[in-house]
Amino acid sequence: MPAPDKDVIARRQEILRALQAIVPGEGVIHDEREMRAYETDALTAYRQLPLIVVLPQTVDQVSRVLKYCYDNNVKVVPRGAGTSLSGGALPLADGVLLSMMKFNQVLDVDFANRAAVVQPGVTNLGITRAVEHEGFYYAPDPSSQIACSIGGNIAENSGGVHCLKYGLTTNNVLGLEMVLINGEVVRLGGKHLDSEGYDLLALMTGSEGLLGVVTEVTVRILQKPETARALLIGFPTSEDGGRCVADIIGAGIIPGGMEMMDKLAIHAAEDFVHAGYPRDVEALLIVELDGPEGEVDLLIGRVEEIARTNQASHLRVSESEEERMTFWAGRKAAFPAVGRISPDYLCMDGTIPRRELPRVLARMRELSVKHGLAVANVFHAGDGNLHPLILYDANKPGELDAAEAFGADILKLCVEVGGVLTGEHGVGIEKRDLMSEMFTEEDLKQQQRVKCAFDEKHLLNPGKVFPVLNSCAELGKMHVHKGKLPFPDIPRF
Amino acid sequence: MDANFKPRDARQVEEAVKWAAGEDQPLEIIGQGSKRALGRPVQAARFLDLSDLSGVENYEPAELILTVKAGTPIAEVEKLVEDNGQELSFEPMDYGPLFGESSGRGTIGGVLAANLSGPRRIKAGAARDHVLGMEAVSGRGEIFNSGGKVVKNVTGYDLPRALCGSYGTLAVTTTVTVKVNPRPESSATFMLSGLSEDDGIKALCAAMGSSAEVSGAAHLPAGVNGGTSNTVLRLEGFAASVDYRFNTLQSLLRDFGSATRLDEDGSKVLWRSIRDVEPFAGSDAPVWRVSVAPTAGPQLLRILQNRMSAQAYFDWSGGLVWLSSADGEIHDADIRAAVGEVGGGHATLVRAGPSVRSNAAVFQPQPGPLAALSRRLKEQFDPKGILNPGRMVSGV
Repeated sequence: MPAPDKDVIARRQEILRALQAIVPGEGVIHDEREMRAYETDALTAYRQLPLIVVLPQTVDQVSRVLKYCYDNNVKVVPRGAGTSLSGGALPLADGVLLSMMKFNQVLDVDFANRAAVVQPGVTNLGITRAVEHEGFYYAPDPSSQIACSIGGNIAENSGGVHCLKYGLTTNNVLGLEMVLINGEVVRLGGKHLDSEGYDLLALMTGSEGLLGVVTEVTVRILQKPETARALLIGFPTSEDGGRCVADIIGAGIIPGGMEMMDKLAIHAAEDFVHAGYPRDVEALLIVELDGPEGEVDLLIGRVEEIARTNQASHLRVSESEEERMTFWAGRKAAFPAVGRISPDYLCMDGTIPRRELPRVLARMRELSVKHGLAVANVFHAGDGNLHPLILYDANKPGELDAAEAFGADILKLCVEVGGVLTGEHGVGIEKRDLMSEMFTEEDLKQQQRVKCAFDEKHLLNPGKVFPVLNSCAELGKMHVHKGKLPFPDIPRF
Repeated sequence: MDANFKPRDARQVEEAVKWAAGEDQPLEIIGQGSKRALGRPVQAARFLDLSDLSGVENYEPAELILTVKAGTPIAEVEKLVEDNGQELSFEPMDYGPLFGESSGRGTIGGVLAANLSGPRRIKAGAARDHVLGMEAVSGRGEIFNSGGKVVKNVTGYDLPRALCGSYGTLAVTTTVTVKVNPRPESSATFMLSGLSEDDGIKALCAAMGSSAEVSGAAHLPAGVNGGTSNTVLRLEGFAASVDYRFNTLQSLLRDFGSATRLDEDGSKVLWRSIRDVEPFAGSDAPVWRVSVAPTAGPQLLRILQNRMSAQAYFDWSGGLVWLSSADGEIHDADIRAAVGEVGGGHATLVRAGPSVRSNAAVFQPQPGPLAALSRRLKEQFDPKGILNPGRMVSGV
């Protein structure tokens, strides 16, 4: 992390008074014990007390807090529910932590236009809860949906098991109101489709709190599929499983969810929730088909057939809602289940082209030997998003370091086979130093130019996402050569 | 002789842009030139012609991924994926008929630069929703990659999506990676006739809010459509599923009258015509493309009919209003005011002569802070203002 600014820390009392004048009462937290609740997000390996915590309640307060920080060169870390798994909401010693959790109202549900307008602190599941009485839901459903806030989902462009069919956050957000670091309030989109100028909504979604603070969100809501059924399919090898996934998609079928687990994860989950998973398979696939009843019945038959031609050694189709939920119970409990067999684990998150799955799994087994740590795999098979869980014991000297080195090797491997560093958790501080594995210096420069357009002083969430912070003045210089007779090799017409 | 550049690869694009930046020589970026009538006329003496930057780099149907050079004809891209049982689900519209030119022209780069989507936008998302990665050259002459070549990626800012709809004013795209999807096995259209605009849009919104998975929802008022109005809903997918959902719509929309069914071929012709604004082809009356909340569509038209002589039809469940002005005037102030009165959205002047487009705000004007932010973004990527200057906003 960048070294804390001693001057800002020395001005803490003055900053505190200014913030208290903007957000009265209990909206400013400065007591060390109370601030402890904010010292980490879900990436608990990193902890840092913030300078001060502010919980504004109105857009005007957010605007004035940001303007004050902008005018006085104070850094700001925006935060939703703090469920980030990549350290995106980790506080800074010399920065104000801006919690948006008092923005927790559903403002408008508009069924005719299939849109809901909510404040950023509403949980992901809270949106579905507000619309389900009419049969609607909000499609992107990260595993943390019960706790994570929609503002945080926008910061991280969150996904979930439904992504392959229904898209990520970016495909389901229609509009935003946001406050820029200088305090200006801007609105992007709304209940209408597409933007009127540059697609700033695209830049904001997944920007990890580096570009602006979201104060209102308009999302697209969908009618719940008429029915959903799932298949539980076991394979003797992961190659067979991988081929089955490819064949399902090749047959023109896009399942509502398609999840895979390897042997270690299957055993851990089965021991934990007794979902009835077979133990004598190397890979277990859950395929969920959702949609009109007539269609789901048809596709279940097709997927069964595809599974058989791919040597499935175990195949069950859910015959009731209860059975479908049982199939999912093990997968959904996979993380805590692995937590039972290991004192600690690191959850990684990278995406690969699906065809590379067998190669990646084989290489991961070699890396497991090299680093002396076991790895359990659960992943979104439909979109190639892997979640290797690296098992370690933080109390054994050196194991955390080994786990982190193993994790870095896995992500490098993802990039090497044509994939990316993160499929849904974000870069944060966790993968920040690996950005250069995927992007060249020139690529990263362009990303930082986006930052300079929004926040030229680098005050919003600095130290996240980018390994080196170039100053905007340096990035702004142009080195162009004036040519005499330019480029004789470029064809002219 | 040295007026225009026709690069064969990304390096040559980079060299050309570097030179242009060094010499302060603005460039108009073109593929096949099929969308030159969109937006404001560009003030540039030179073309950067990307039509030789063509061809497929990587197509993996099983991965749902296609990587192509930006100048690849869109017709070739569509043919390739169709031959593999797939499609570009955003159903890119074709401005050819509206501009009095032939159909099927344009490049994939141009489609993305203008973020062209068709009726399936309401279910499948816009062109920008299907973009995964890009290689591009900024106005500084710096070549860069962003995004990735897998369907799920949140690494770094989503520049590829942001470059969509930027009309080549931020960077010159050289290669794109897009997501493709399986092509539906079958399709049919559910059609109600004789409904008023309000009832038509009500029916469309009810259908869109059902589990029928509608992939096209349009209302064509009498006048635009001939003697009677048609309210049409498209269903696509496995044949059995289409039949099943047709019945679902029938019982859901019983109160709106009895429906007729257009089979696959009839359906295809109809939706192509809606997509490509064929009702307003063959004339040069000004045409606007207005995006509002779906239920605001008829309201907008009612307001405007008191102020101008307007013809209109509705796509996107009522939210996309194609509007033609009968008296030859563009009525930009009236239209923009009406958009504000119905709750906001944006209106783009799509068809008008070059001098009219030079003098009008073709795209929806933005409030001060938002316009300033967009300008800062332009300055970061193209500080010399050499890429398609003035195409979107005068002086930018």
